[in-house]
Amino acid sequence: MAGRGRGRGRGQMTFNLEDLGIGRGDSLPPTTFKPSPLFPPMPVQPVPLQTGEEVEYMLALKQELRAANKTLPFYIRRAAPKRDVDRYSDKYQSGEPKDSAIEWSPDWSRLPKELCIKVRKPLAKRHPPQVKQPKKPPVGKEEILTKLETLEKNEETVNSEEEEDGEKKKANEEEEQPEEEDYEEDFEEDTDYIMSYFDNGEEFGGDSDDNMDEATY
Amino acid sequence: MTEEPMRGNRRSFRHLPQNSTNSDVGPPAYQRGWSANIPSCNAQLFGKINLPVSAEIRCVVALAITCVWDSEVVLRGFSRNSFHDLKGCFAKHMTAQEVRLCGLLLQEHFGEVVERIGTHLLRGGAQNLRTIANETNTPLDLVKKSLCVLVQHGACEFGSGRRGPGSPVEYRASCERVLRVLRYPRYIYTAKTLYGDTGELIVEEVLQRGHMTMSNTVKTVADRLTHNMEEGRSMEYSEVVSAFSKLVETHFLQRCPPVAEMGTAATSTTPATPSTPAAPASTSPPTAESNPDCYKLPHVTLIGRGKRRRSSDDSEEQRGGKKAKMDSESCGDEGIYWLVNFERFHQHFRDQAIISAVASKLDQTSSEIVRTMLRMSEVTTTQTAAYTQPLSANEIFRSLPPNYSISRPILDQYLSLLVDDPMEFVGKSGDSGGGMYVVNLQRALANLARATLESVVQERFGSRSARIFRLLLRKRHLEQKQVEDFAMIPAKEAKDMLYTLLSENLVQLQEIPKTPDHAPSRTFYLYTVNQLPTARLLLQHCYKTVANLIERRLFETKENKRLLEKSQRIEAILASLQASGAEPEQLTEVEEMITAPERQQLEALRHHINKLDSTENQVDETVFLLESYIFSTKTK
Repeated sequence: MAGRGRGRGRGQMTFNLEDLGIGRGDSLPPTTFKPSPLFPPMPVQPVPLQTGEEVEYMLALKQELRAANKTLPFYIRRAAPKRDVDRYSDKYQSGEPKDSAIEWSPDWSRLPKELCIKVRKPLAKRHPPQVKQPKKPPVGKEEILTKLETLEKNEETVNSEEEEDGEKKKANEEEEQPEEEDYEEDFEEDTDYIMSYFDNGEEFGGDSDDNMDEATY
Repeated sequence: MTEEPMRGNRRSFRHLPQNSTNSDVGPPAYQRGWSANIPSCNAQLFGKINLPVSAEIRCVVALAITCVWDSEVVLRGFSRNSFHDLKGCFAKHMTAQEVRLCGLLLQEHFGEVVERIGTHLLRGGAQNLRTIANETNTPLDLVKKSLCVLVQHGACEFGSGRRGPGSPVEYRASCERVLRVLRYPRYIYTAKTLYGDTGELIVEEVLQRGHMTMSNTVKTVADRLTHNMEEGRSMEYSEVVSAFSKLVETHFLQRCPPVAEMGTAATSTTPATPSTPAAPASTSPPTAESNPDCYKLPHVTLIGRGKRRRSSDDSEEQRGGKKAKMDSESCGDEGIYWLVNFERFHQHFRDQAIISAVASKLDQTSSEIVRTMLRMSEVTTTQTAAYTQPLSANEIFRSLPPNYSISRPILDQYLSLLVDDPMEFVGKSGDSGGGMYVVNLQRALANLARATLESVVQERFGSRSARIFRLLLRKRHLEQKQVEDFAMIPAKEAKDMLYTLLSENLVQLQEIPKTPDHAPSRTFYLYTVNQLPTARLLLQHCYKTVANLIERRLFETKENKRLLEKSQRIEAILASLQASGAEPEQLTEVEEMITAPERQQLEALRHHINKLDSTENQVDETVFLLESYIFSTKTK
């Protein structure tokens, strides 16, 4: 008895269908059997965008800001994954960001101590230090003169300096950082070779041989 | 009605048991969760009618059994189930759309690493360092770097942990602050209109770096300005300092709040230092406003000129800018950092919106009067005030700009016109001093938001649907028949439009039962529109829109990455050739390396990206209006 109306006409409901506005004899729209399309056709077109000097200026500003963000040190990139073998040129071509160093020096007093990591000055911004640090081994004539006599002692001092370095690093990283950086920097700038000399050689074979007339030996 | 069950179609819910006796109280569990899907469903009308009615019947029954006419209670129940798409119960007031948009903005500005950390913090609330590193599978150093960046830009706050001063530091990200990134161009442009190029560059530098000291800002801005000037001229530091102090005086820049003392176990006995006004154990970190010195300029004399950066002496000129304390001349304002006061800018935008609304509704002179009133009450109005301080007509007359010389009786007429206007921008609060007038800020914002909603309905559904919408806004509750009569629209079309609006959740259905058993044949069904929940819904749509725009732009850029790189390389080659003085034939040869169809493709790509970008800017204006309105109603 309950399902008497099924299949014939529209069946019974507990409320009055006419209240909803569907009168007698009205045909209902057909039922759908699939989800609505991803980009349904729009019945009305949207209003065109605003134009004007103000709009153009803000657009240019937005694009400039976006481009400038990539050059700021706040844009953090993951360090490139280490290749299988350590190369010699890695010592001289360290322009990529390292995970363990931050490229700008924030005010550490405004941050919790646990966030403190080594500050790494960007390669291009280094300049010769004003004051020579006493820790650095002096490279001068006196050293060369006494070098022959104190070869053994040199080894010892280098060892003890390395130990000192290690200890000081653990204790107060950021204070020692500029001095260590200068030490490395001096060392790097003293090379006789141009930086581009240290080509890894991994791009070899990428150039196509246009001129096949020459015989390759 | 045909009763064939739609088994595959999840959205029509017809395969669920249709319980029409209303004997159970409260919606069944599976329907409660899915009611948020109803607005997005585009199923046929008939399937639409059935389910919302029965789901909402259950909501009504669950929430308001006795007080039927207490519409507030009933409607709050509607808003809880239908309007918020809160996907994470642990995130207090962060919706999925907001988090998605924040993630995209972080990715664009700070890279993917910061994006991952930032979204994790936004979704998960306050967490400490180790938890973040473990749950996001990022190395600890990268997490530390990202947190430094986020704290620098004010997007993240840190505080002592839950278990007291001894537990590890916890970090909390702020969704609102990340969303401000969308509005940076508008802030910078406003600074330009108010304080010229110098002001513009100052605000741009401070926005890009998060917070900076005054000396640093002055040096960097002077260098940048010098770079753009002709040869031989350079920018004086004093000019930049004067622009900076103007910005601070008008509260557009403010000092960073002092860092809250996080008592470690060793120093927990020492009291808080006198510089921190807030108690160290308080849950909320000190805001910038709580510092009494927040608008005081430091006593620093900066004398010098901007340096022009020459490409030849790179090593010498690379001072200034990014490092705070590497020059031998360190100025006396270490530790005093300045950041942009977004609230002040928002106040300015709100005033602009009100003035332009008055100008378009009435005329230019009325808008000037309102502008004068707002300018006079800039300093005396707090941010969350409902209306400005009362101003007498005499004061207004004295403060009018000199080129708007209108006589006193005309001013009185204008003021009375403004008071009588149905938009209620200006109200009269007394008669002393020639009449005391206030600007009704809260009501003005509500009216602006209402106008936005009406315009959205009009543009999406047509002017007749907009007529129905406006009618329901004004008359609150109407039956189907009454809607047809008042709107003067034939029944069939009115029904169609009403149901379309209902399916988009812009209109809600409310039931008033006549009998205790809530029989549908003996219940009134009234249509209604609530401004606040609808505004919230539209705001979430706006966030979703901006996120979609950004994603589309990233997609377009990625598709044409090869072409973009090629064109950049060729531009670089061209620039270097021109700098070294090449002949025109060489230049044309290089230019021809891009073929004509590639050129067209590039042109089309640029056009698309420009369109997407300016659309983002425009949607952000709507976001600002809606956000201001919603915020003004919260603080009641």
